[in-house]
Amino acid sequence: MDFALTDEQRMLEETLTRLVADQVSPEQRRAMLAAAPNRASALWRTFAELGLLHMSFSEDVGGLGGDGTDLMIIMQALGRGLVPEPYLAGLVLPGQLLAVTANSEQQTRWLAPLLEGEHQLALAWQEIGARYDAFTVSTQATQQGDQWQLNGKKHVVLNLEAAAGTLVSARLANGKLGLFIVPADAPGTSTHLYRTIDDQPAGDLTLDSVKLPLTNCLSEDVSDKLAEVLAVGRAALCAQAIGAMEEACDQTLAYLKERKQFGVPLSTFQALQHRMVDMHLHLEQSRSMAILAATSLALPASERDYKIAAAKAYCGESARFIAEQAIQLHGAMGMTEECYVANYAKHLVMFDHYLGDSDYHLETVSELLKVA
Amino acid sequence: MNLTFSPEEQAFCEQVRRFLADALPSDISQRVRLGRHLRADDYLRWQNILSEQGWLASNWPKEFGGPGWGPVQRHIFDEECAAAHAPTVVPFGVNMVAPVIMKFGSVEQQQHYLPRILSNQDWWCQGYSEPGAGSDLAGLNTRAVRDGDHYIVNGQKTWTTLGQHANMLFCLVRTDPDAKKQAGISFLLIDMQSPGITVRPIITLDGAHEVNEVFLDNVRVPVENRVGEEGQGWTCAKFLLTHERTGIAGLGHAKQALRHLKSLASRIQHRGKPLLELPSFRQRVVKAELELMALEVTNLRVIAAARDGGVPGAESSLLKVRGSELRQELSELTRRALGPAALPFFPDFLHGEGSLDDERAQSAAASAQYFNRRKLSIYGGANEIQKSIVAKTILNM
Ligand SMILES: Cc1cc2nc3c(=O)[nH]c(=O)nc-3n(C[C@H](O)[C@H](O)[C@H](O)COP(=O)(O)OP(=O)(O)OC[C@H]3O[C@@H](n4cnc5c(N)ncnc54)[C@H](O)[C@@H]3O)c2cc1C
Repeated sequence: MDFALTDEQRMLEETLTRLVADQVSPEQRRAMLAAAPNRASALWRTFAELGLLHMSFSEDVGGLGGDGTDLMIIMQALGRGLVPEPYLAGLVLPGQLLAVTANSEQQTRWLAPLLEGEHQLALAWQEIGARYDAFTVSTQATQQGDQWQLNGKKHVVLNLEAAAGTLVSARLANGKLGLFIVPADAPGTSTHLYRTIDDQPAGDLTLDSVKLPLTNCLSEDVSDKLAEVLAVGRAALCAQAIGAMEEACDQTLAYLKERKQFGVPLSTFQALQHRMVDMHLHLEQSRSMAILAATSLALPASERDYKIAAAKAYCGESARFIAEQAIQLHGAMGMTEECYVANYAKHLVMFDHYLGDSDYHLETVSELLKVA
Repeated sequence: MNLTFSPEEQAFCEQVRRFLADALPSDISQRVRLGRHLRADDYLRWQNILSEQGWLASNWPKEFGGPGWGPVQRHIFDEECAAAHAPTVVPFGVNMVAPVIMKFGSVEQQQHYLPRILSNQDWWCQGYSEPGAGSDLAGLNTRAVRDGDHYIVNGQKTWTTLGQHANMLFCLVRTDPDAKKQAGISFLLIDMQSPGITVRPIITLDGAHEVNEVFLDNVRVPVENRVGEEGQGWTCAKFLLTHERTGIAGLGHAKQALRHLKSLASRIQHRGKPLLELPSFRQRVVKAELELMALEVTNLRVIAAARDGGVPGAESSLLKVRGSELRQELSELTRRALGPAALPFFPDFLHGEGSLDDERAQSAAASAQYFNRRKLSIYGGANEIQKSIVAKTILNM
């Protein structure tokens, strides 16, 4: 048992924390959000130069072979700074799925430029009636001669506008789940773009008789691989939420010490001290769960899913508690767009809506509950 | 004991329902139902309809032009309005400043202002809070200095709800900086068109423009616009705060929200079954249902006491705390029920005139409303402050 980071990991953490503090102030973040989401930002190029885009990929696809802990360090720093870059949605999720499904030709076409920061991708796994279930898929893929034809609709696809290509899951005639890469300009695709309420660029993707060459099929049976990559995504989201929870707690504590009512700082009121302590307890317990998730990625599937579902459910509830209290303890100020903590609060509440909420994951835990 | 309404009260309920079915414009109720912002004109159209019916000032006695309803009728009216998706009447004139003018104002003030409120000629906003004076309202710093038959007012008010539409501001100001905190405060009625007033929008985290900052820079206010004596402002403010409390549980809104939630959760599918059948989700809906039942009876207890001549006191703090918590929980469950569909944000539709296809429109407001409802435990005396009131006045702690 060892909770210590290696020297390299400590360096990674320091570098990234410095970079984020330097380049993602509230003003800079606003400017980044205002910029068109389809252009690679200066920060993304810096990520590429620092090798951050290679970090979570195995060496045999040209990555640096980082593990769950490395990914946790990165996501936590990004969460702490509320960094709007689509590190998970545009890089890790589609990239990791490519890494375990694509042949070498497909990797050259799609994965190599991704790791070099030359393009970004997206992963379209979610559909409207399916809620959070990645395996309730009604998008259809049929093979006709030397091409595939896709029909269906994908819901809330993150990073859709910026993606050079989108990985799309679709049901095959034989009932198996297939995976396809759909180039942004493929005829028959149409998008409805928007931002999520926590500022992430996203969109709905409609596939109307989209014809793809056989080489755009990445897998004809992707279920296990998809589950594996979604598990990575969930662990990463937990780590990101920890970063945001830390910052929301820090900002709230600082505010309580600074804001005076009745002639004294708010921090002198015991009711608020106890509330602040509750926030801190939620944070520390969630941090433990995020560590558990990050170190469970290599376990056998059912054990991995059990622990990661537990972590995601736990962190989802804590994130909301911390967000709500951060707003409450800031008073009316906490409800304003201008108050930075409100942006953390939005991120922390909506965190539960990505890759399955706490109800969804509690159900998984209760199905797999160990009685012994 | 008997918890049912009398036959007269039931008949009144029917009458209100029929009126709402006939008179409430469908475009307005549709906006309310979808959680879209209401334009000034939406409020005014509805309030003019109520005014014509004689029901705008539901809490006013007959002598001032109100319907003379008791607490039970007011309660029924509020519930039916919420159920029909009627806009909430902007409270600052009818429910807040009017009772103060009736109680403390001069006959001239009553004759001038009350009819203008009844006919929607004036739109009032509330100037209590300041950047430095929130929970500690008596810590306010806006200064009014006497200059002949005027006061010169300097300072800043904030969180002024719908101040962008208002032409009148009722305002707490400090007239005597040397008196003890509460004693140096006076209550002024200020024309928003006066030179020296600047209103600036504050955008809340749901993207809405609901609150404002109001800057007062050497604003001249006639002395005759003071309500009550100089230094009596705190008494007026406290009186107003007890008036703000009737209907404070927001029961009608909570009932409507729970109905909506249940219908939503029985339509939304989770792994081939209605979401309402998912145990963890269902349990929270059931808990909300129980809380609502309890709150309804607690509310009726307070209303019955008021009907029989009691003055709602610290009990209203209980209603405020539980009512706001329940409504927040319901907004949480509604957002949650929608799953990924709660993520997309369409500010042009919610806060502007943008259009949206029907499916997206139905779920567009849930998350924004969840964030907006955080205000329920902050304004009108934050819940922490309400609990302190209960500790002091009910429990003698
Ligand atoms: C949407 C909205 C609309 C509003 N509209 C109006 C309006 O139209 N006109 C107007 O005048 N005002 C308005 N307000 C302001 C409102 O009345 C204040 O927000 C409220 O009084 C709380 O003050 P504050 O925001 O400064 O919080 P603070 O007083 O700074 O409090 C911050 C936190 O500390 C807690 N706290 C403070 N003191 C204590 C204590 N002694 N013990 C324990 N906890 C404590 C509070 O409960 C809160 O959680 C509005 C507010 C909102 C959010």
